[in-house]
Amino acid sequence: MEESTYTFLLRLGDDSLILGQRLSEWCGHGPILEEDIAMTNIALDLIGQATNIYTYAAGLTPDFNDADALAFLRFEHQYLNAILVEQPNGNFADTLVRQFFFDAFRVPLFEHLQDSKDTSLAAIAEKSLKESRYHLKHSSEWVIRLGDGTELSHERAQLAVFDLWRYTQELFHMDTAEQKLLAQDIAPNLENLRGIWLETVETVMEKATLKLPTNQGFFGAGRLGRHSEHMGYILAQMQYMQRAYPGMEW
Amino acid sequence: MSSNEWPLWEVFIRSKQGLNHKHVGSLRAPDAAMALQNARDVYTRRSEGVSIWVMQSALITASDPKESGPMFEPADSKVYRHPTFYDLPDGIEHM
Repeated sequence: MEESTYTFLLRLGDDSLILGQRLSEWCGHGPILEEDIAMTNIALDLIGQATNIYTYAAGLTPDFNDADALAFLRFEHQYLNAILVEQPNGNFADTLVRQFFFDAFRVPLFEHLQDSKDTSLAAIAEKSLKESRYHLKHSSEWVIRLGDGTELSHERAQLAVFDLWRYTQELFHMDTAEQKLLAQDIAPNLENLRGIWLETVETVMEKATLKLPTNQGFFGAGRLGRHSEHMGYILAQMQYMQRAYPGMEW
Repeated sequence: MSSNEWPLWEVFIRSKQGLNHKHVGSLRAPDAAMALQNARDVYTRRSEGVSIWVMQSALITASDPKESGPMFEPADSKVYRHPTFYDLPDGIEHM
């Protein structure tokens, strides 16, 4: 049971950490000051979520002492985030569509995890849910305005939807750990979340005058530690200081 | 202002229940909903508020600084408009 919880926590926390790291790349490069701050806020929310999740996870494993060790001292194949969150920031529409697909998944996930039999997980979910609801509002409003905006913004938003859609299927995959936790009322059935997710996505796509692809996407294996070519670069940048100066603090 | 810049919005924040909304600054946004969202991100990230108002700066009618003489100075010599001529009974605090 502990092993399944540990795996599930890494999948949850790694999604937060890697997307937080990705978003923080926008710091100082946002299209407007307000958006620069908004994206940095969201990045910090996500990294805060990861900290809470890793702190809990570190107590379940003898291999890593604390949240920092989990964040900075694992190898690529030990990260279990979905491939969606490691995709490059691209243009502003790419970033916001990626964020929207993710937020629309995270909100119902945390809603269900609030009632988890695992009280630590339930507490983390309750705190994170408020943040994720705002993230979803932020990304939805932007996707609507980009899609239903100028010809250029529509084109870029549509390309982003076509491009990122293929990575969304992985979010709802029920692996062994999820199956075991479902049986114990610790985690929800992710496959059931897909309907809720799709409803949110379709509502926003309609307002944004954007189309969804009809194909299914493919099965990404990020949850099993097999990542896209982008992941190594993210880790190289993120882990550099701890690798070069082990135990360094500031 | 160039025509492709977003309109300017004034932001008012109420720091806690029972207090008035206070002007805290301004920002640019394409519409009211986004102005509210931006105000939340820019002006309340350190728990500064429980409520936000935004309004387009263009909708404000302001007094003209050049007319501040006739507008405000006549009040300076009317000390009797301040309630400072009363003897306060004992036991009244915060006056």
